[in-house]
Amino acid sequence: MATLFHGVGAALTPFSASNKLLLPSPKSESRGAIFLHRSDARVNHAFNLKPATPNQDLFIPNAVATKRETSTKSGHELLLFEALREGLEEEMERDPRVCVMGEDVGHYGGSYKVTKGLAEKYGDLRVLDTPIAENSFTGMGIGAAMTGLRPIVEGMNMGFLLLAFNQISNNCGMLHYTSGGQFTIPIVIRGPGGVGRQLGAEHSQRLESYFQSIPGIQMVACSTPYNAKGLMKAAIRSENPVILFEHVLLYNLKERIPDEEYVLSLEEAEMVRPGEHVTILTYSRMRYHVMQAAKTLVNKGYDPEVIDIRSLKPFDLYTIGCSVKKTHRVLIVEECMRTGGIGASLTAAITENFHDYLDAPIVCLSSQDVPTPYAGTLEEWTVVQPAQIVTAVEQLCQ
Amino acid sequence: MPLSRIASQSHASNLLKPLSTALSLRRSISSDSTTPLTIETSLPFTSHKCDAPPRAVDTSASELFSFFRDMATMRRMEISADSLYKAKLIRGFCHLYDGQEAVAVGMEAAITKKDAIITAYRDHCTFVGRGGTLLEVFGELMGRTCGGSKGKGGSMHLYRKQDSFYGGHGIVGAQIPLGCGLAFAQRYSKEENVTFTMYGDGAANQGQLFEALNMAALWDLPAILVCENNHYGMGTAEWRASKSPAYYKRGDYVPGLKVDGMDVLAVKQACKFAKEHALKNGPLILEMDTYRYHGHSMSDPGSTYRTRDEISGVRQERDPIERVRKLLLAHDIASEKELKDLEKQVRKDVDDAIAKAKESPMPDPSELFTHVYVKGLGAESFGADRKEVRATLP
Repeated sequence: MATLFHGVGAALTPFSASNKLLLPSPKSESRGAIFLHRSDARVNHAFNLKPATPNQDLFIPNAVATKRETSTKSGHELLLFEALREGLEEEMERDPRVCVMGEDVGHYGGSYKVTKGLAEKYGDLRVLDTPIAENSFTGMGIGAAMTGLRPIVEGMNMGFLLLAFNQISNNCGMLHYTSGGQFTIPIVIRGPGGVGRQLGAEHSQRLESYFQSIPGIQMVACSTPYNAKGLMKAAIRSENPVILFEHVLLYNLKERIPDEEYVLSLEEAEMVRPGEHVTILTYSRMRYHVMQAAKTLVNKGYDPEVIDIRSLKPFDLYTIGCSVKKTHRVLIVEECMRTGGIGASLTAAITENFHDYLDAPIVCLSSQDVPTPYAGTLEEWTVVQPAQIVTAVEQLCQ
Repeated sequence: MPLSRIASQSHASNLLKPLSTALSLRRSISSDSTTPLTIETSLPFTSHKCDAPPRAVDTSASELFSFFRDMATMRRMEISADSLYKAKLIRGFCHLYDGQEAVAVGMEAAITKKDAIITAYRDHCTFVGRGGTLLEVFGELMGRTCGGSKGKGGSMHLYRKQDSFYGGHGIVGAQIPLGCGLAFAQRYSKEENVTFTMYGDGAANQGQLFEALNMAALWDLPAILVCENNHYGMGTAEWRASKSPAYYKRGDYVPGLKVDGMDVLAVKQACKFAKEHALKNGPLILEMDTYRYHGHSMSDPGSTYRTRDEISGVRQERDPIERVRKLLLAHDIASEKELKDLEKQVRKDVDDAIAKAKESPMPDPSELFTHVYVKGLGAESFGADRKEVRATLP
């Protein structure tokens, strides 16, 4: 697979490495005044800012992510799928009840190499190659979880898990409730989803929009090697059923991650780039489109605050709310379809909770409500592109 | 031949304590006796790709007596649930098991509480067989806090983790992969226990059954799939739904056994055989040929797709409780009067449990939001009226 985003600086996050559960740093860097250069050559003061610095300082070199000092310069570099594997392996080492099941996860090493080498190390029962029967092997994982095992069920593509919807909805999500708390289902269901490179309609589905209503489950989406490993570990350790959404196109992202063990919080969002003008909420692959647009936006004089929401269910309304209260404008960029996607729910949640803080209606950029076409040009226009993000921010900030 | 004996008064609880026997001079076997008896099953077993177990079943007087007592309790419980449903104290779906008691009771006799059972929605009697109390059943059916799932599950969601009873599932066939998962966990932890995954003749046509069977056979999981064939999938007779109603043969490469499900001793023998088989050779299918007197659920009269003669015919000839009663009388283990007294006691126990359940409160509104997640997330949850009903998920 082509390494698309090799070394993109956007991958660094403001967390400092430690052995404990990491919390996001709540403060954002305050920036100096920014003048907005409008297309009609007028210059306006931007909002809520301190006295201006000269116009020449408009170009901010560090447009992408805030680079914080990481306490360890050592760390090691790896690709996202390797980070997932590392997290998985550490948890399997730590707890003998952790097991993996899915198609081609064992001897083949996983269709995206996430489980490579694990079957040789842990044996065929702990890294189980299942037949192509999503409904029943997901059900089997849930049944095993009822007894106390901690299975990780891999869907080769998230779209295949539609066949297991009954098991995920009724048994996985609801058993803790309908049994009056007797059974916990500490299962992790993971797999790649999202729009890839011309994979066709059935293999480009965004299941987060279908699963989001299921009560009792948690959903997280990883986007960098750092948060992939942390979220994988957190998901395995969680007593609740967790669905971990990976993305087909992000598996070859490279990043340097700490050597020390770390676990991220499943319910927290990640501050990718603090800003003042507009809050851009995104997750998974769209994070990179947003960061690409952010470069353009900063050069145009805007200061977007980019938050990778990571936790799709429940939303981290605290981080999001703090950001909305600061910027008063929200743009949501997602890969789900317009109808019934994560963006639609997030729009509703923000409107309900933070309506008074909004200066403008929330803009939600989503994929088109169409099956993903095969032709490359059409596929490109199904998902949100950076140019559209730039236009949306400009319109929002008028 | 009536003899004097001292009957111990039992208090309102799940199942009766056995009547203590007085000196029985003219009684050949007392109901407490554990002297082994050997009784033949009414019909031979039919097998598929395995050797059928022998028809002669080892049992004892006390075991037979306990069969009678347990089945009578279950029967009484289901009949009372029928009345409660008609009195609108039980709402929604209520699937009754009367007629099929021998399957639940016979299975319990052959296994331990470490072996797992999972079944579908006709689970009241299986729950009681696993150790659930009558109070928990009636409480759950009426949606009270004393119920097995604190009133939040209902008729189809009775569970008992400490006795390895995994429920209680509403979607037809969905429990079968779960059952294979239980067997997988047993194999994973190397316990010498088995899982009985129960389903009906209607669920026998579900794809997930065959998927799960394939996996169980592939990995030699100690899973025993028990098809409780009561010949009707709600309103559709088995011959109208299944091309091959020989459900014990449907496993193809998996051996199967057809059992007379109305004969508690045959069920016991088959389950014992199945447990030994599964621990050595992997999965097995047991088809229990049984019958339900009620309709599919309380909303189904049960007479539009079968004749009343058929129902009363089965009741006359094959009723599981009557069969055990005849055995008890024939072997002089108990007298007619004793059995009648026992049934009266059972009726009283059931009525007491119902009365107690009726006094139990409905769940507090805050319970709406408990047990959604395991530990507190601090996430807020809203009711339909988003301005007022608001809770932090505990």
